[in-house]
Parts: sequence; C-alpha cells; structure tokens
Amino acid sequence: MSEMVSHQPRGISLQRINAMVLRYWYLLMSSWPRLLELVYWPALQIITWGFLQNYISQASGFFAKAGGTLIGAVILWDILFRGQLGFSISFLEEMWARNLGNLMMSPLKPIEFLLSLMIMSLIRLAIGVIPMTLLALFFFGFNFYAIGLPLIAFFCNLIFTSWSVGVFASGLVLRNGLGAESIVWTLMFAVMPLACIYYPVEVLPVWLQYVAWTLPPTYVFEGMRSLLIDHAFRADLMAWALVINAILFVASFAVFLALLQSAKRNGSLLGGGE
Amino acid sequence: MQQRGTGQAQAPAANQAPAADQDGSAAIDVAHLVKVYKTTRAVDDISFRIARGSITGLLGGNGAGKTTSIAMIMGLVLPTSGSVTVLGAKIPEQRYDVLGRMNFESPYVDMPMRLTVRQNLTIFGRLYAVKHLRERIEQLAADLDLKEFLDRSNGKLSAGQKTRVALAKALINEPDLLLLDEPTASLDPDTADWVRQHLETYRKTHNATILLASHNMLEVERLCDRVIIMKRGKIEDDDSPEGIMARYNRDTLEEVFLDVARGRLREGAPEGTP
Repeated sequence: MSEMVSHQPRGISLQRINAMVLRYWYLLMSSWPRLLELVYWPALQIITWGFLQNYISQASGFFAKAGGTLIGAVILWDILFRGQLGFSISFLEEMWARNLGNLMMSPLKPIEFLLSLMIMSLIRLAIGVIPMTLLALFFFGFNFYAIGLPLIAFFCNLIFTSWSVGVFASGLVLRNGLGAESIVWTLMFAVMPLACIYYPVEVLPVWLQYVAWTLPPTYVFEGMRSLLIDHAFRADLMAWALVINAILFVASFAVFLALLQSAKRNGSLLGGGE
Repeated sequence: MQQRGTGQAQAPAANQAPAADQDGSAAIDVAHLVKVYKTTRAVDDISFRIARGSITGLLGGNGAGKTTSIAMIMGLVLPTSGSVTVLGAKIPEQRYDVLGRMNFESPYVDMPMRLTVRQNLTIFGRLYAVKHLRERIEQLAADLDLKEFLDRSNGKLSAGQKTRVALAKALINEPDLLLLDEPTASLDPDTADWVRQHLETYRKTHNATILLASHNMLEVERLCDRVIIMKRGKIEDDDSPEGIMARYNRDTLEEVFLDVARGRLREGAPEGTP
C-alpha cells in the first residue's frame, strides 16, 4: 500500500466519521438559505402555537392549569420531526450532489456514514430548536428547560425514533433513487395522528390505542402531559419507549443494509436519479 | 495476456500484454462474470486478468457493458454470477480491505458543488486516511495546476477544471489501482491530452494499475498496453492495441472499433467469429 495512507482500522473509524461531519458542516456554512431554513419553520411553529395556547388558556380553566402542554408538544414534535429531517436531508445532499458513488467507493463504511448523519441531525437540531425554546421562553413564558432531567429521557427517545425513521427513509431513497424523495418529507407525518402529540391516547378508539402504544413517541407525549398536568414523571413510560426504540433502531439498520444490497443488485448506486 | 473462456471464439493474439506479475498475482482477476438486470444480460460471462503496473483500456459502444463491469470490479454492483478479485481481495466480500488502495473517477458521479476544491480534497483525504494531507493537497494542486482555484467552489469551475479536480480526488491516496470511466469525456483536446500525460506519468512513477473505459480510440491507443473490446456484454477481442490493429488489418483502433460495432469480419477469422 502507498506510504501516503495511514493504517486503516478494521472497525469503525472516528476519522472517517469526522470527515463526513466536516463535509456537512462546510456545506451548511457555505449556504445561508440552508441555515435559515433550519430556524425558520421551528420559529414559525412556536409563534403560531404559542399564541393559540395563550388564547385557549384564557378561555379554558383546564389549559390554564396545564400551561405549556401545547407549546411543549410542539417543541417535542419538532425534535422528532427535525431530528429525522436533519438526518435525511444530509443523506439527500449526497444524492442531489451525485456524490454517493464517490463515498461508496471510499473506505467509508455504511455504519460510519449513518453515524455521521446522526451527528449532523443533532447539530442541525440544535441550530433549529434552541432558538425555538428561547422564543417560547421570552414570548410565552414557557421554560422548556424547566422540565429538568425528564427532558433528557424525552429527548433521547424522540431522537432515537427520528434516526430509525431517517435510516429507513434513506434506505428507500438509496434503493429507489430520488423518485422516492417525497417519502423523506412525509413519512414522519404518518406517525403524527397515532403518536398522540396534542391529545391523550384515550381519545383514540380502543383498537387504535394498541397501535399507538407500539410507537415510542406516544410514550413520550403521554409522559410530557403527565409531567406538565400531574407533575409526575412516568419512568415506566420512558423505559418502554426505550425498549421499542432499541428494536426499531436495529430493525431500521437491518432494512437499510438490505436495501443497500438490493441497490447494488439493481445497479442504482451510480445513478441515483428518478 | 491470459485469455479465459469468454464464450467467444478468439484468434490467437499476436502481441500479448502481460496479465499478471511474475509471482502470478494480477491486480484484477475477473472470472466468468455475469450481470443480468431483469431480462437484460448487461455483462455476459467475461473473464480477464490485468497485470499490476499496466494500463488497460475497456472499449465498446454504448450499452456494451463497460460501466457495469467496472462497477462490479469496484463492488458497487453485485454480479449475478462469477468472481472478481482486486489486489488479492475478493469483491465484494473483502472490498474494505483494499478500498484504501483504490480510487476512481466517473462521469456518473460529481464532487459536491458548494464546497471549495480544498474542502473537497480535505474530506476525501480524511476518508482515505492520507498522511500529511495539507502537503498532499498542495502537491496535487501543483501537479494538476489547481492552485489558482483551490479555494473556489467546485460548482464555479469549468468542465476541464472539474475533471482535474476529480482526478486530484482520484489520486489523493496515491492508489495502486485506478479505475477511470471516460476520464477525458467532454474535455477540449488540449486538456484531454494534458490529463492523459498526467495518467501516464502517474503510472510510471507509482507502478500503478489503471483500467479505463473510453470511447476515445486515440486515447486508448496512446495510453494502453492492452485493449479489451466489449460488445453486448461479451468480450469481443483482447490484445495489445498493435495486435488488435494487425489482426483486423487496420491502421487505427477507431477503424477496428467500427468493424466490431458494425459486425464486420476480421481478416482470416473463421466464419461465424465476430
């Protein structure tokens, strides 16, 4: 081997993960529309829902008591949705740039690629959601960080779900090309009605409640309502969410690898078009 | 040259190029490779060995199976049957053992447009674990005349400049094996000649193996020790450029190419032989 190249570790290489994070960082910093987009929608969301919460709480004693459930739900939903988008958009950037072939021919392994996308999802999330929480605090008096330690449990569970959905959606685009791009933007909305973001699970028909409880976000939003309304942290809900998340995560990774193999059989890695 | 069963009757080669090192190990060893996409046989039972330190041209019209063959050698497309060994590693099973010693350039992939040339080379240098990366980039910039636009985004470069950048990326890790798909496509004659010169120098100074797919007969004549002509997924002929031209009784490879493409018989070849 050339003396120019260092010995390459057989396992996961932090250097390669770092290289990919740097690639997306360069991209983000070179494009103000990309940066603006990260902040724009979350800010718009929190302002709209914040005023709605203000209006409802004036008219309803319940919402006055359960202050912040709407705003809290909006912020947690955004963590879920933006976490997945942050993951998937970085992946799509490779498809749009027609760079996937270069990456697949480099020593970068699929697991390293996915890990770099996860790190980027955290970075993009921080850029979008931190200003959102500050807006909630200064405009509507809702201190998201006052949730305290349970916030870590909520955040971890939501981000794991967002990554699982992101890995699965990216696998579909990898296999089917950019024709499947719309899945990336819409897949999480399929979870929305069943995850019971703005209403308790009991609102759903009984048979649908069973389906809802298979989704980790349902446990998180129930947990948030329990905390904000009853002031009780439900560790059991978080533990269940974590177990389901672990299963989802392994399954999504297995599906991604299967779709990657299928793309190699199909010959779609070099094309990536429609 | 060592000819294997290709399913084609072949006249004996007059001027055979070496297929393997003296110790018998070839840079690329392809045996009975087949790729079927649904009902199309894109590659149909091809076999060849390519010696280390040689430049081999893969010639053929559109749809001849050149790109699919190269993609299978890189492990980006899975063969339906047959085997590929690259630098002693079985592809795709052991491809991560040798990816750091290979690189490629193809018109089917691009470098990220928004990133500067330096940023792109930095990222790929890190992916390939290149030591003394800054110096390596400076050296490539000097060799390939990139200095002037090293800090310009890739999207703002001309086609010729982009090709030089893609070549710099392909050489960043000083690969032992370089796979090139149409390396001078859409370049003006001056830039194309310049690229060819650089490839020739690189092969000589690094004893590298180069496999290039091309439509440019002059390029193949000038660069290659050996030519493999493909047609409809099969190997039509395999010899040194001089050997092939002598057998077809032609003065240029372009004339040979037209003979093969139009199904004209070779001088002295038995009836039924293409």
